Amino acid sequence: MSDDSKINLSPFPAANVNPIDHLLRADRMPHIWCPGCGIGTVLKALLDAIVESALPENDLAVVSGIGCTARVPGYLRLDSFHTTHGRSLPYATGLHLANPRLKVMVVSGDGDLFAIGGNHFIHAARRNVDLMVICVNNFTYGMTGGQAGPTTPTGHKSTTTPAGNLETPFNLPNLAAAAGASYVARWTTLHARPLQATILEALGRTGFRFVEVIAPCPTAYGRRNKMGEAVEMMKRFHEKSVIRHGANTQEVDIDLDNELVVGRFIDRPRPTLAERLGIAAKAEKQ
Amino acid sequence: MNGDTACAEGAIAAGCRFFAGYPITPATEIAERMAERLPKIGGVFIQMEDEIASMAAILGAAWGGAKTMTSTSGPGFSLMMENLGLGIVTETPCVVVDVQRAGPSTGLPTAAGQGDMMQARWGSHGPYEIIALCPSSPQELFDLTVRAFNLSERFRLPVLVMTDEVVGHMSEKVVIPKVEDLVITPRRAPTKPPEEFLLYQPGADGIPEMPTAGTGYRVHVTGLTHDRRGYPVLTPEIQREMVERLVNKIRDNADEIVEVEERDTRDAEAVIVAYGITVRPALEALALARRAGIRVGLLKLITAWPFPEKAVRALAARVPLLVVPEINYGQMSLEVERCAAGQAKTVLIPYAGGRIHTPEMILSVIREQLAAVRDPSVKEKGTDLFSRRPDTRP
Repeated sequence: MSDDSKINLSPFPAANVNPIDHLLRADRMPHIWCPGCGIGTVLKALLDAIVESALPENDLAVVSGIGCTARVPGYLRLDSFHTTHGRSLPYATGLHLANPRLKVMVVSGDGDLFAIGGNHFIHAARRNVDLMVICVNNFTYGMTGGQAGPTTPTGHKSTTTPAGNLETPFNLPNLAAAAGASYVARWTTLHARPLQATILEALGRTGFRFVEVIAPCPTAYGRRNKMGEAVEMMKRFHEKSVIRHGANTQEVDIDLDNELVVGRFIDRPRPTLAERLGIAAKAEKQ
Repeated sequence: MNGDTACAEGAIAAGCRFFAGYPITPATEIAERMAERLPKIGGVFIQMEDEIASMAAILGAAWGGAKTMTSTSGPGFSLMMENLGLGIVTETPCVVVDVQRAGPSTGLPTAAGQGDMMQARWGSHGPYEIIALCPSSPQELFDLTVRAFNLSERFRLPVLVMTDEVVGHMSEKVVIPKVEDLVITPRRAPTKPPEEFLLYQPGADGIPEMPTAGTGYRVHVTGLTHDRRGYPVLTPEIQREMVERLVNKIRDNADEIVEVEERDTRDAEAVIVAYGITVRPALEALALARRAGIRVGLLKLITAWPFPEKAVRALAARVPLLVVPEINYGQMSLEVERCAAGQAKTVLIPYAGGRIHTPEMILSVIREQLAAVRDPSVKEKGTDLFSRRPDTRP
């Protein structure tokens, strides 16, 4: 065992250890994310929810694809899998079906889950595989420097849409709902507490659960679209967002100029794939 | 039973309890057999949305603790290449069966080909070594599928079974041994507790132990270049350390992995080097030649990768002519030529696919080439991989 894993790299005295510290791989810090990035907020909400859930940590597994958000599992002291671009969902499906006792989570970005991985997403939702999927939607490909993606609002600029995006973005909650997800919610990184509560709730559900988190990417996206620094982007989330639980997902499109609907949109138990296969873990059902 | 069914039975005998696949001719019967059999023995069959997903699912399921397999043919095999690389770099045991059909592209879906042999070796990007086995009968498809699982656990990597449409669809007698008579290699479970365990710390034989998700080891598995902890470290030094071990665990153990069969090579003046279905017409060509007084032998490549270098070198040192019939326009023959290194003349007998070589086709090339090899006026023996010989064309 390397000695560095035993060194306390926390700047805080032991008495002030954060309750999520034991779930972080401190020996992998500092992380790769830019100043102002929203992914850290999502990571914190996820870990707080995990601690609050009191689920056995050894039963948790996190899978991701490729991209900024896909680096999340690498910082978690949990069984974690950083796979190929777009393929987190089929990988996670195999992991879950081989051991249904595992609570498998997928944390990845909008480009990973909905461009290259879009087909896997609709099929995983259709099958109602027992997976909790957190998509950090920052409207761009951050890792590669800010290209347009399937969620980039029409007219917005990126390195590959220098004159403005000509395409229409996906409405992710509507896509998830139409494909059959059991649970669909959306928050922004401004809504750290409701996000944590939603993740906690989703952890207690079964089937395919989808949580979209709107996050600022001031470096690769905000800057190019004159949205200012992270604080200005968060202000925009604050001004535009409207909490509307149970909203019709057909009416939750995002253009970042008009209202940004957040909340829990869908919560409908359906038979899961594992249940139908007769292999579902006799775990806590809500 | 037919070859595809024998393959599925071999997988089950080897302990496979998770199969993910997508329908494709001529491999569909493997998936259908698994769909019928696995749920009855506590396994899981899932039909995925494509072959990319199938390959991803068997990697995930392997970390979930299962022995896993997928099967496909050329177009699907192409789609699996990226995740095959993920399996190699994360050292994930699993088995991929390619029931080869004639390509390129959609090609001849219902007819045999051997055009994926180099793809098996090099199809995923980056430097790596792979193991690929080539059955030439339904019985061998059973036996080699079992061996593929054992090798995948022993060396911790995806192992390829490179069969073809004719072997997959032909029906022959298959003897399935009793469970207690089969030698099955188990997963290398960790021998150290989590706090002392390093995910990619090689054992004495160069291969690390593999924990299962959910057992407290809290592994981090990544396709990025990683150190012994499994953590991404993006430096040339760690890249070299990782690649060297991935390559050397196969190269250093090639003698254990490589399997060939020789027939009538002792006195041979020409040896047919064949693999997969092409072994069958080659055997018949050998019999025809011997009856005609031509001393022909056969080298059957049961292992395609790592390539049986020693066997070919040894033959090339004492046999003047090696002919390589294959249902492509030159793939394994390139390796034969490389190992012959000018010592024996290497001649490719290409076939585009659709049918298999006839024994007469092989024999006529042997006759023609032996005459050339024996002719003292021909100084440059060389090789003959890509010349156009109308008499061998289908």
